[in-house]
Amino acid sequence: MSELTQETLNELKEIAGRYPDARSGLLPMLHLVQSVQGYVTPEGIEACAEVLDITAAEVAGVATFYTMYKRRPVGDYHVGVCTNTLCAIMGGDLIFERLKEHLEVGNDETTEDGRLTLEHVECNAACDYAPVMMVNWEFMDNMTPESAVELVDRLRSGQDVRSTRGARICTWREAERVLAGYPDDRADEGPAAGPASLEGLRIARERGWRAPEPEEEAR
Amino acid sequence: MTDTLTPVLSDNWDHDRAWTLESYERAGGYSALRKAVRRQPAEIVELVKDSGLRGRGGAGFPTGMKWGFVPQDTESPEGGKPKYLVVNADESEPGTCKDIPLMLASPHTLVEGTIISSYAIRANHAFIYVRGEVLHVVRRMQRAVEEAYLAGYLGKNILGSGYDLDVVVHVGAGAYICGEETALLDSLEGRRGQPRLRPPFPAVAGLYACPTVINNVESIASVPCIVDNGPDWFGSMGTEKSKGMTLYSLSGHVTRPGQYEAPLGITLRELLDLAGGVREGRMLKFWTPGGSSTPLLTAEHLDIPLDYEGVAEAGSMLGTKALQIFDDSTCVVRAVLRWTEFYKHESCGKCTPCREGTWWLVQVLERLERGQGSEEDLDTLLDLCDNILGRSFCALGDGATSPITSSIQYFRDEYLAHLEQGGCPFDAEAASLFATAGAMA
Ligand SMILES: Cc1cc2nc3c(=O)[nH]c(=O)nc-3n(C[C@H](O)[C@H](O)[C@H](O)COP(=O)(O)O)c2cc1C
Ligand code: FES
Repeated sequence: MSELTQETLNELKEIAGRYPDARSGLLPMLHLVQSVQGYVTPEGIEACAEVLDITAAEVAGVATFYTMYKRRPVGDYHVGVCTNTLCAIMGGDLIFERLKEHLEVGNDETTEDGRLTLEHVECNAACDYAPVMMVNWEFMDNMTPESAVELVDRLRSGQDVRSTRGARICTWREAERVLAGYPDDRADEGPAAGPASLEGLRIARERGWRAPEPEEEAR
Repeated sequence: MTDTLTPVLSDNWDHDRAWTLESYERAGGYSALRKAVRRQPAEIVELVKDSGLRGRGGAGFPTGMKWGFVPQDTESPEGGKPKYLVVNADESEPGTCKDIPLMLASPHTLVEGTIISSYAIRANHAFIYVRGEVLHVVRRMQRAVEEAYLAGYLGKNILGSGYDLDVVVHVGAGAYICGEETALLDSLEGRRGQPRLRPPFPAVAGLYACPTVINNVESIASVPCIVDNGPDWFGSMGTEKSKGMTLYSLSGHVTRPGQYEAPLGITLRELLDLAGGVREGRMLKFWTPGGSSTPLLTAEHLDIPLDYEGVAEAGSMLGTKALQIFDDSTCVVRAVLRWTEFYKHESCGKCTPCREGTWWLVQVLERLERGQGSEEDLDTLLDLCDNILGRSFCALGDGATSPITSSIQYFRDEYLAHLEQGGCPFDAEAASLFATAGAMA
């Protein structure tokens, strides 16, 4: 685990400075701590408390409220399987079972080589692509137990993996840095939309359907 | 008569590099902003009122009216304070999946809407609160805001109008409750996301106790087209009290799940027709009209108009227009148990009826699903729901009761079948998408 350097402390202050009230920066600040240290460390909690001039207990109270903040080191790849009702029924339960077996870990556990952390996640707003998985919070759409196993094997062996509606998968820590508000300049990777997002539009185009023409004087 | 589908918000999603400023402007983007800043803020509020736009985040509150509640008399104690716009991009209601593809494909639609809306309520600071679990959406929003600054659409003296606005893309950290507007405010202030008691309403005392408007992504994204084409154009789509077009999200056991943008008031039968119906050889069993917090409906309700009034009349709510479709391979008790576990997990713990009630609901439902327990358990469930509904600061607990009461209303026999058979009468694998593939292997 790397120490919090002066550079990180400066960035924590910079995040707080983006807001009219510094404390508003706490959520992104905790993302930054995770990007440097791999989880929310006691040292990170102290640092946030100091920057915001609040108690460590207050910071810890916030950190423990949100599921994306981890109290143990996360692997290079956080692998989420949606098991909210719709995905679960469409096959998410079967995928999650298969992955637990294949990786020999339980929920919220990391593989022995420290590469992968498996967790079941709630609805990730991608239900039209069910069953859905998330790798480092990138969409992996329309999964099956077989494609899920193949995916984690590729991740473990260090091969390139691309999100179905996103970028080439980076590490979990790199992802956390973007969430902290430090862009990685990769917005241009991946498509604008996946096939399901375009389904209605495709039909409308096919049939020549469109919204009414606006009246001239309104324009 | 308007066409069956009316893509407006989704109209540019198939354009080349739709997320870029260049592509958005080529399609006419930011022309609404140019018009807006030439008018008085109050005129924009009137325009949005006249359009009949209602909030797309679930409750359907008229957007222009909400903006009108913001005190603007600079002499008064509230009116003299800074005002804030907060865009609710937390999209976490199970089944809801429209805001995320919108921001991924066309983040500038939301940025333009954010600028016009902030101008209308005279806010010089806006926040877009995006749930944390969508990395690429965050990238696209960050980029769009950056591009808007460089183009002079954000920052000081926007388009020479003298109006200043700063926008911050703020990223959450995983908590369904933070989609609830007052919990979102606490979260944005760097606290645990717990709802606040109302009144005071956020329009008067919201972020940092200042007047604040909170609107859903789709509501704000609908503002530019209203400014561009006029309220009458918007009102020419939809029904009398539910105006405009909207994104309907079909998911689950349908042949072609996805986003379908149509005038409010389309029916599920029409939508299913376009989406190729439920799975081959199966029948529609139950569906949610607007996410898991809206009471389930059945095949009886295929022809109700999917607008605010139509769905309310059928005993449910239009909610987020998240149409989750389940066919007859699905066990309703399993589905309801899973949703209930979700609400228990996501209850923030502040109010006792919700915190304790959702815990007990899960206990009883688990028992029923295993085929243990008794018929009285159904009454216990309804009693518990009665004690949760309307008794907490926010509507999370109310939402938790929806699947339970509606499923008992329509599928009481299926609960009893679990008891008679001492377990679930369904084959869970048959409901999955790869059921047939598995059987052949
Ligand atoms: C538990 C709960 C979760 C909610 N989640 C969301 C959400 O993710 N996105 C959203 O826009 N509104 C959500 N809402 C509704 C908001 O409280 C609020 O009504 C809405 O953001 C207002 O915007 P609108 O008027 O534009 O619809 C939620 C409400 C509750 C009770
Ligand atoms: S239920 Fe899995 S993404 Fe919505």
